[in-house]
Amino acid sequence: MHRILFAMVCVCVALAGPAIVWAQQPAPQQQEEFVPIDELPAQDQLPAAPLLVAAYSFVALALFAYVVSVARRMATVQRELERLESDLKRSGRT
Amino acid sequence: MQKWFVPAAVVCGLMFAIAPVLIAQAPYESTMGLVQKIFYVHLPSAWIFLLSAIVCGVASLRYLFGGNPRHDRTAWAAAELVVLFGAITLITGPLWARKAWGVWWQWDVRLTSSLMGWMVAVAYMLLRKYGGPGSDKLGAGLALFGMANVPFIYISVNYWRTIHPTTNVVPTLPTSFGLPLWFSAVTFLLMFVLLLRLRVRLEEQRSRLDALYLATDE
Amino acid sequence: MFARIVWLVLRKDFTVEVRSLEIAYTMLFFAVSCVLIFAFALVQEGQAPEGGAAGILWIAIAFAGTLALGRTFERERQSETLRALLLAPAARPAIYVGKLLGIVALLLGAEMILVPLVALLFQAPLLSRPGWLAIILVLGTLGFAAVGTLFAAMLVRARSRDVLLPVLLYPITVPVIIAGVRATAALLQPEVDASIIYFWLALLVCFDVVFVTLALWTFEPLMTD
Repeated sequence: MHRILFAMVCVCVALAGPAIVWAQQPAPQQQEEFVPIDELPAQDQLPAAPLLVAAYSFVALALFAYVVSVARRMATVQRELERLESDLKRSGRT
Repeated sequence: MQKWFVPAAVVCGLMFAIAPVLIAQAPYESTMGLVQKIFYVHLPSAWIFLLSAIVCGVASLRYLFGGNPRHDRTAWAAAELVVLFGAITLITGPLWARKAWGVWWQWDVRLTSSLMGWMVAVAYMLLRKYGGPGSDKLGAGLALFGMANVPFIYISVNYWRTIHPTTNVVPTLPTSFGLPLWFSAVTFLLMFVLLLRLRVRLEEQRSRLDALYLATDE
Repeated sequence: MFARIVWLVLRKDFTVEVRSLEIAYTMLFFAVSCVLIFAFALVQEGQAPEGGAAGILWIAIAFAGTLALGRTFERERQSETLRALLLAPAARPAIYVGKLLGIVALLLGAEMILVPLVALLFQAPLLSRPGWLAIILVLGTLGFAAVGTLFAAMLVRARSRDVLLPVLLYPITVPVIIAGVRATAALLQPEVDASIIYFWLALLVCFDVVFVTLALWTFEPLMTD
């Protein structure tokens, strides 16, 4: 449980790092003439991509990590239940 | 586990696979461009965040005055989902805001009240985890106070200016934006129902385990 | 009958406290050290940051309040007196009100010393309108203590209660702190805008009414095992 949480935090930090660096780049110079959008360099057109990727990967990771954590907790409880039930049965017979 | 669970999980998985395709095909919004696509996860997760908070509050209220442990299990499960969907909302929001507003965070009414609601849910989880015996009643009280608190936070922060768009824009969306949004919302809703069921199931198993331990002790 | 129980609980707490003055002294010293730390951190070259005084006053109140709440109920727990109090044939809401009034009185006493200290260290004209300030402080303290008393009473039986009290209390009391800080800050302006103060006071009154009612209503089911 704790390891999963820790891994989740690490991945988030790793994802957020490049996004922050990219997003904090200085704003482009004031443009002085009309430039059609498809003539802009690729970086100016899609400064939003890292943000978008970070958002969607966070959603997927968070949901996945939560499902894994619930599944692990359920497996632990299930194992314990079975062990206890077999113990009970054995002690009932003898 | 009920019969509907596995088919519903399969449907939910399929919808999760289809949703990005629909979102990618939606047209670009005029002023914000690509980053506006965060909207398709941000808004549905915010809705589910609110829904799980309501489920938690109602279940807590019923537990406090009814005493049925079933409601307590639902409340705990819902509180965990408040934390999960709240985290999604609070992370995707700033990522979008950085591009759309130019800042990561703003002390705006919606942002602040979401953050405070999320913090109450985290406090609830801490209480349930470390509070020991008696924390079930206490948690129910906390959820009740947290619910009563929402209007006060809203009013107090609303006294400052707000820049978050209101939800009034949703019904006016054209179909090309609306279809992916509603699809995504239904996917999140299904996800919520499945996770809630799964989490309640875990609590049920735990209480069975406790009952068995008690039986072996005797 | 109700008023009599309230009075008896209040008098009991007062008698116990006067005998040692433990909570009063420790809380006061803690609040004063808080204000001093803020003064060291924020006052530079004799200049206090603008509008800082209101915030620091309320932070000190919130910290000191948490300490007082924790100690008051810790004392009850150590000698098992809360259980005895709850077993007594008295209405539970009356016990709650008695406890609440005790905490409010303690905090108001601490504020009498905190206000002049903050005014002095941060060069803020806090005492220029004492009537308004008193109303804001009483309403804010009541709201904070209403939630705090209930939570502290519930946490008496819980594990790790010292840590959990602030964790639960601060998210819930955010509106009180916002309203208190904003109203006090409005009071410190050279030109006082009465409408702003009225707004925050109205919010504080509503908060107090709602949360005291809610606490009275839930004290009974929450305190029964």
